This record gives sequence, C-alpha cells and structure tokens, in this order.
Amino acid sequence: MLTFVLKRLAYSIPVLLGILVVTFTLARAIPGDPCLAVLGERATEDICEAFFRRNGLNEPLPAQLLIYIRNFLGGDLGDSLRFHRPVMELLVDRLPTTVELGFFALLFAISVGVPLGVLSAYRHKSALDVGTMIGANIGVSMPVFWLGLMLAYLFAVLLKDTPLALPPSGRLTPGANPTPFYIAAGWLAEGDEPLGVLRFLSRINTLNALLTLNGELMIDALRHLILPAVAVGTIPLAIIARMSRSSVLESLSQDYVRTARAKGLRERAVVGKHALKNAMLPVITVIGLNFGLVISGAVLTETIFSLTGVGRTLVDSITSRDYTLVQGFTVVIAAGFVLINMVVDMMYGFLDPRIRFN
Amino acid sequence: MERRQPATLALAARYRSGNLWLEALRNLRRSPSALLGMGIIGALVLIALFAPLVATHDPIKTMIGVPGETGRLPSKPPCIPLLGCEEPLHILGLDLNARDLYSRVIFGARTSLSVGVITISLSIVVGTALGVCAGYAGGRVDNLIMRLMDVVLAFPALLLAISIVTILGPGLTNALLGITITFIPQYARLSRASVLSLKEQEFVLAERALGASPQRIVLAHILPNAITPIIVQGTLGIGTAILDAAALSFLGLGAQPPTPEWGQILSESRNYLFTSPHLVFFPGIAIMITVLGFNLLGDGMRDALDPRLNRS
Repeated sequence: MLTFVLKRLAYSIPVLLGILVVTFTLARAIPGDPCLAVLGERATEDICEAFFRRNGLNEPLPAQLLIYIRNFLGGDLGDSLRFHRPVMELLVDRLPTTVELGFFALLFAISVGVPLGVLSAYRHKSALDVGTMIGANIGVSMPVFWLGLMLAYLFAVLLKDTPLALPPSGRLTPGANPTPFYIAAGWLAEGDEPLGVLRFLSRINTLNALLTLNGELMIDALRHLILPAVAVGTIPLAIIARMSRSSVLESLSQDYVRTARAKGLRERAVVGKHALKNAMLPVITVIGLNFGLVISGAVLTETIFSLTGVGRTLVDSITSRDYTLVQGFTVVIAAGFVLINMVVDMMYGFLDPRIRFN
Repeated sequence: MERRQPATLALAARYRSGNLWLEALRNLRRSPSALLGMGIIGALVLIALFAPLVATHDPIKTMIGVPGETGRLPSKPPCIPLLGCEEPLHILGLDLNARDLYSRVIFGARTSLSVGVITISLSIVVGTALGVCAGYAGGRVDNLIMRLMDVVLAFPALLLAISIVTILGPGLTNALLGITITFIPQYARLSRASVLSLKEQEFVLAERALGASPQRIVLAHILPNAITPIIVQGTLGIGTAILDAAALSFLGLGAQPPTPEWGQILSESRNYLFTSPHLVFFPGIAIMITVLGFNLLGDGMRDALDPRLNRS
C-alpha cells in the first residue's frame, strides 16, 4: 500500500509543476506592460525599472519561472491589482464559502444519487428505474446557472410566504455576525489577528456553528445553502445515479451474486454485502471526477446567489482585469483538484487491491 | 464447426452483411432514446437552417417606434400570448430591449449548434492527431504529448476555458478556442488507446511487413478502426460544449450583445428574474432540449456502435 501511495504522489508532482508552468505562461501571455497595469498609466521609467527589479521581472524567463514556483511554494501568490491585498489573504477569506457550497452540493448528489441508482438497478425496468433515468438525462442537460435561477424564482417568489420559502441570496440573514469559534472558546480575544487556518475554518459557517453549538446559526446557514447546493449538485447527482445504476446492474449479474443467492442468503445480504460493495468502486471514481463539475458549478452559481466565494471573485476579477488574482485562484483551484484526484485514486487502490498491484 | 460460439457466429454474420456501419444504423433505429435524440437534433438543425422563416421578427431589431407595435416600454413586464395576453404579435413576448424573444431564441439555435459542432470537430481533429502520433511513435514523443494532456486535464474544464478567454479577450471566437482546448485531451487519450491496441494486431503487422509507409498504415488501417469511440464521445461532447459556451456567454466572456445566443440572453435578463421570469425560462429550456438531444443520441450510439461499452 505504501509503495502505491508513494508512486501516486510521485506521479502528481510533474502534473503540479505543469500547472505552474501553464499558469505562468498564461500570465506572461497577457498583452500589455505589467508595470503600467499594476502601478497605473503614469508610472515613469525609473519607477518601472525599480518595480521590475523588485519583482524579478528583468530576469530571463526560466529564472522568473523559478521565482514564481518558489513564491507559490511559500504561499505567496502576489498582490491583487484590484483589492491591493495579498491574493492568499483573499483566498482565505473567500474559499470557505466555496468549500462549504461544494461540500453540501456533493453531499446532496451522493446521498440522493447513490440510493436512487441502486434502487433503479434493483428494480430494473420499473417505473422508478425509467423515471430516474429520464430525470438523470434531463439533469445532465441543464445549464447549472439556469437551474439556479429557476430555483431562486420558485422558492423565493412563487413559494414566498409559505413554509417552503428559501432565501435566494447571501450566506446568512443580513445583519447576522457569528462569533468565530476561536473567540467563543476563549483562545483569542476580540481584535486579535488569528492564524489563517483558524480564520479559514471559522468562515465555514456550518462548521463554526457546530463548534460553537449555535443552532440558530446552523439553521440560518443551511437554509441559505439549500438552493445553491441543489443547483450545483444536480448534474453530479444525475451522473452518480447513472453510474451507480449501471454498476449495480452489472454486479447483480455476476456469478458471486448468484452463488450468494444459491446458498440461501437473505436478499438484503446479497445486495448489501455482495453486489453493492463491489459496485461502489466505479461510483467512487465518478464522484472523484465530479469535483471539477462542482468547482465549475460553484463559479457559475455563486454569482447568481450573491455568494462571495472564489467563483464570484474570479468572475468579477476577469472583467476588472485583475490578472494576479485570476492566476492565483486558478493555480490554487487546479492544484486542489489534482490533490483531490490523487486522494480518490488512493482510496480506489485501498478499496480494490487489484489496482495496487498493477 | 460445432464448437463455434454464438458470439462468433453473430460476428461472422455481421461481416457477411458487409458493413458494420449499416449494422450500427440498424441498432440505432431500435433504440428509442437514439431516435428521440435524432428527432430533436434534426428539428433543431432545420430550425437553425430556416431561422429567418421560422422566426417572426428580426432578432436584433428593437420594436420601439415600429408601426403596428404598441410601443410597450422595455421596462414593463412583457406580454405573452401563450399566457393569455391580448397582443398577439410576439409569441414569447419582448425582451428588455423590446426585441422579439421568440425570434431571438430561434436564431440562438444557429449560434449554439455551430459552436457545439465546430468546437468538437476542431478538438477531435487536433486531439486525434496528437493521440495517433503519441500512440504510433511511442517513447519520448508519447510521454511528452500525454503529460501535456495530463496538465490540461488537471484544470477543471470551465476554469481553464475562463483563463484562456481572459487572456485572449472576450468574444465568441475566443470562447470557442478556449473550449476546444479543454476538449482535446479526451480525444487524444481515446485515439492513443485505440492505436496502441491496433498497432500490434495482425492486419497491421501484415501491412507493415508488406512495406507500407507509416502514413498509409495510420490513415488506411488504424484510423478507420479507431474512429468509432471517438465519434460516440464526440456526440456526447457536443452537448457539453454547448453548455460550456452558454456558461461563458452567461459570464460575459462568450457571445457579445446583440448576438442572439442563449447563454447571452440569459445573462442579459437574469437581473429581471423576479419581474419577468419568462425571459430566463425560455432560453434555458432551449439549451436543455438541445443538450438533451445530443446526449440521447450519444448514449444510443454508444450502445449501438460499441457493445463493449454497453452500460445498459
């Protein structure tokens, strides 16, 4: 197992380096003088010369690439041109929103998609099966942003004043200002500058509510999360349901299932222990592949539900030409994506010994 | 003769019938989802081709001050005959710039279909060329090409497309280019895998022993046998490409106003969701039906053309 993990780790390193090279090249391909872009149109040649020297921009390109990689490894992504703050700081501010949205979207997709797929396979060609497959086909064909808009209209306008009404924007009711858990626990006093990690975690509202045992905050945060999470989770849900269905169908027709039935095991044991366990491997891969969809979905839905996550910040930065931010966010998201894929592969190897030894 | 398996017999019968493609077409005709998909795409292609006849108005013409129009201001909620409105001039009402929404959605089919087909064709051509080179040459060329593809795949597709368009500048052509790049690795991987398995087959070895040039081997023997999974993947890809293009336009990076493009129409009208939801509803439905058509056809083709990939 250890060799497998190490091998997989070693395989990720060139890809991560490749990502850095690509983002570096993309940033250098941007037309225009970076000095004028950062310091404004009226920067003199002397100031620009100093700026270039300070940022290593007069070095040859390979040296610049090395500087870029070194900075990245040190957690320095440069300063945002628009906010005049380190990109890393903005990331700590805004990534929690996206992480929380992605987590609940995936939770929704898995907790509905897997049972739906398994049931459809078990009742192959029943009304439930046909219905699920039609629904799944429609689900993968919907634009995420359109679904988000429609959900917002349905739950915030049509169902207004009913118990089903849900807020169409924001993360919390306006005015709510939850106490971070590190202050509630007395680790830090109000006004102290916490570690980035603590700040990051406290900004995940549901986690913060859980740690401070704040039920009201939890319900408020969840109510705001439902619509965007359903919008982002629908396409992955459809894909996961389809994959679970075909995977369970295949394993139900295997010899070992027939053997299990023949030796008189109860139906639940046959399906749960024998068919399902073996059918889950491809499903896990598909769940892993869906992280990309969740990220893309978050980019599109955050704008609709006025959530200040990485997606919305990224999109706004494009229109305001904040290249350092776009570059920094892109490279971090891509690196995170590679790491998640690596973890999924490792899980796959853990669950299926055949993978490890090939 | 008695020991022949039924599968082999079926295969033999297929070869006797002369054409695997005809066989596939016959299979396709038996699949209801593929038929539905073909129906949807066929209808959409006709609508796109004859858009000026199907549409009732000029899709980019404002209806303010036009004789016979009510002069309804764009700020007023538009009027839909289907929902019991008295003015029978505009089937889906007017948009916020007082343009005929129905005509805009109809003309949008042209943009979306061509974007889908062009991006996928381009990425198939480039991806297959890269994949075939990698698979046939092997060694360092293979390694270089495939690692490059790994890096492209490491980015979430939409994010990479966004980054590319950010640098090239917003616009439909650049969006198209950005999406194309994100699709290339799929086809490179697929075609490389096919080449690797075909390269060692007897008919290819025989051809090589006869002294055929690599070009001839690739073009006449490997490609025709490797093309099936690529076509299936491509059909499914068109749907995704259309969704991606709509998403880029929605973010303001793709088609620019006043081009009638579905994602762009959505982007224009999304701030008026609460007052005139139909402006958002209809273009979204149009996207969904189109993508559904390609997905259904792609699924049906996968089942018909490649029994090994059959996912029932």
